[in-house]
Amino acid sequence: MSVQKTLNGNQTIAEAVRQIDPDVMAAYPITPSTAIVETIAQFKADGLISGEYVCPESEHSAMSVCIGAASAGGRVMTATASQGLALMWEMLYIAAGLRLPIVASIVNRALAAPISIHGDHSDTMGARDAGWIQIYSENCQEAYDNFIQAFRIGENLDVRTPVMVGLDGFIISHSMEVVKTEDDAAVKKFVGEYQSVYPLLDTSKTFTVGPIDFTDYYFEHKRNQMEGIENAPKVILDVGKEFGETFGREYGFFEEYRMDDAEICIIVMSSAAGTCKDAVDELRDAGINIGLLKPRVFRPFPHHEIAEALRGKKAVAVLDRCASPGAFGAPLFTEVRSALYDLEDRPKIVNYVYGLGGRDIQIEHFKDVAKKLARIAETGKVEEIYGYINLRE
Amino acid sequence: MKKETWKELTIGTINPNAGNSVQNHTGTWRSGTKPEFIEEHCIHCFFCWLYCPHFAVVIDGDKVKGFNYDYCTGCGLCAEECPTKEKSIIMVKENVQLAGGGEE
Ligand code: SF4
Ligand code: SF4
Repeated sequence: MSVQKTLNGNQTIAEAVRQIDPDVMAAYPITPSTAIVETIAQFKADGLISGEYVCPESEHSAMSVCIGAASAGGRVMTATASQGLALMWEMLYIAAGLRLPIVASIVNRALAAPISIHGDHSDTMGARDAGWIQIYSENCQEAYDNFIQAFRIGENLDVRTPVMVGLDGFIISHSMEVVKTEDDAAVKKFVGEYQSVYPLLDTSKTFTVGPIDFTDYYFEHKRNQMEGIENAPKVILDVGKEFGETFGREYGFFEEYRMDDAEICIIVMSSAAGTCKDAVDELRDAGINIGLLKPRVFRPFPHHEIAEALRGKKAVAVLDRCASPGAFGAPLFTEVRSALYDLEDRPKIVNYVYGLGGRDIQIEHFKDVAKKLARIAETGKVEEIYGYINLRE
Repeated sequence: MKKETWKELTIGTINPNAGNSVQNHTGTWRSGTKPEFIEEHCIHCFFCWLYCPHFAVVIDGDKVKGFNYDYCTGCGLCAEECPTKEKSIIMVKENVQLAGGGEE
């Protein structure tokens, strides 16, 4: 039976960690994810979890500990944000290359310079090619649900790929919400026993982990690695469905909100999607046929499904909480635009960057976007393909 | 040595044949010079054996016997470190044999 609790985003992650009780938790505290690490340490001190908690000297070391522990054959998690994720950089690629299903909860925060402790997606978007599965959460409930599912997805024997679960810094990590948490036993049962693959602690077999490759093997190993994340879509859907059957909240690649008869559409991830839903409702009341598509899974990118969901729409605005300097649009935009290329009758598409460094985005801002989309839908012309929301110009 | 396709490789860069670097003949990297052992000057101090990065110095008990050219890359460290006044190792020219890697 589920219990309703008042928790903030960090507490929901810590609660899920307590319930799953991984073998090793290694993390270095960094704002706004500190409370996750602190709470886990408290759980450990109070004897509520049996796994090892390691606090190394940096995030680079935290991920290194995770890699060592996962190679040894353990179920492993970590939590970090922003500069912490940036410091893990080289180890992220190693975790993915070694196919270690580490689960990381990333409390999305801007990257310096200038220093900002507030939320945006620069950290995880920068790591989008590190080979990790990426799942983003709109609210505390989704953070809890996604984090639990992440273990099942990453640990699946066809996938064996690390997973990062994003939740927006402060907006979600520090905001109280009523969250349905599930029974400890039910969560443990859902996640299941950990199955290790080539654990180093099994001394009955001899093998080498992480050897050097020359020009004759590196390419094949990299291609072999990609098989894991390419197998992930089916597993993500299966796990999302099973989660729905078990706990009543089903998950897919993305959420469609009032999309059925929508002519124009906003695509936005994470917490801003919540505000966008209110904007869509108000716009619908005013007779505007608008819908929202909220991506949940960014890696692997569900390009085919997103293209199908956008088929027949007249105009689409992709909102990115991250800039990609020098690129043709921000990360979510380039993915969506590329996904649309094979549609014969594709919608017009524009990109707006919003919310960098935690800058607020409100219902009025979404209404402005809707106004621009309506004009594009009417004229069939895009005047400015790229812009910014709530920026002093 | 037959090289696996990407599908045949073990997950996560795992090499299930631990210790198979012995099959990797680093001697194919050698280009130009190789060490030559002059036994009569040798005091069997084992410096060459210690410094060789490829374990290519062949020993038998407490005696140095020469080199395993399957693994010797011709780096010259052994000759450099050899302490005898009259060198016990000299680097000599050999016909260049190009390495076989990278043709995939
Ligand atoms: S370093 Fe020179 S003297 Fe010493 S064992 Fe080797 S060949 Fe002999
Ligand atoms: S030349 Fe280099 S690789 Fe060859 S035996 Fe001497 S130290 Fe070893």
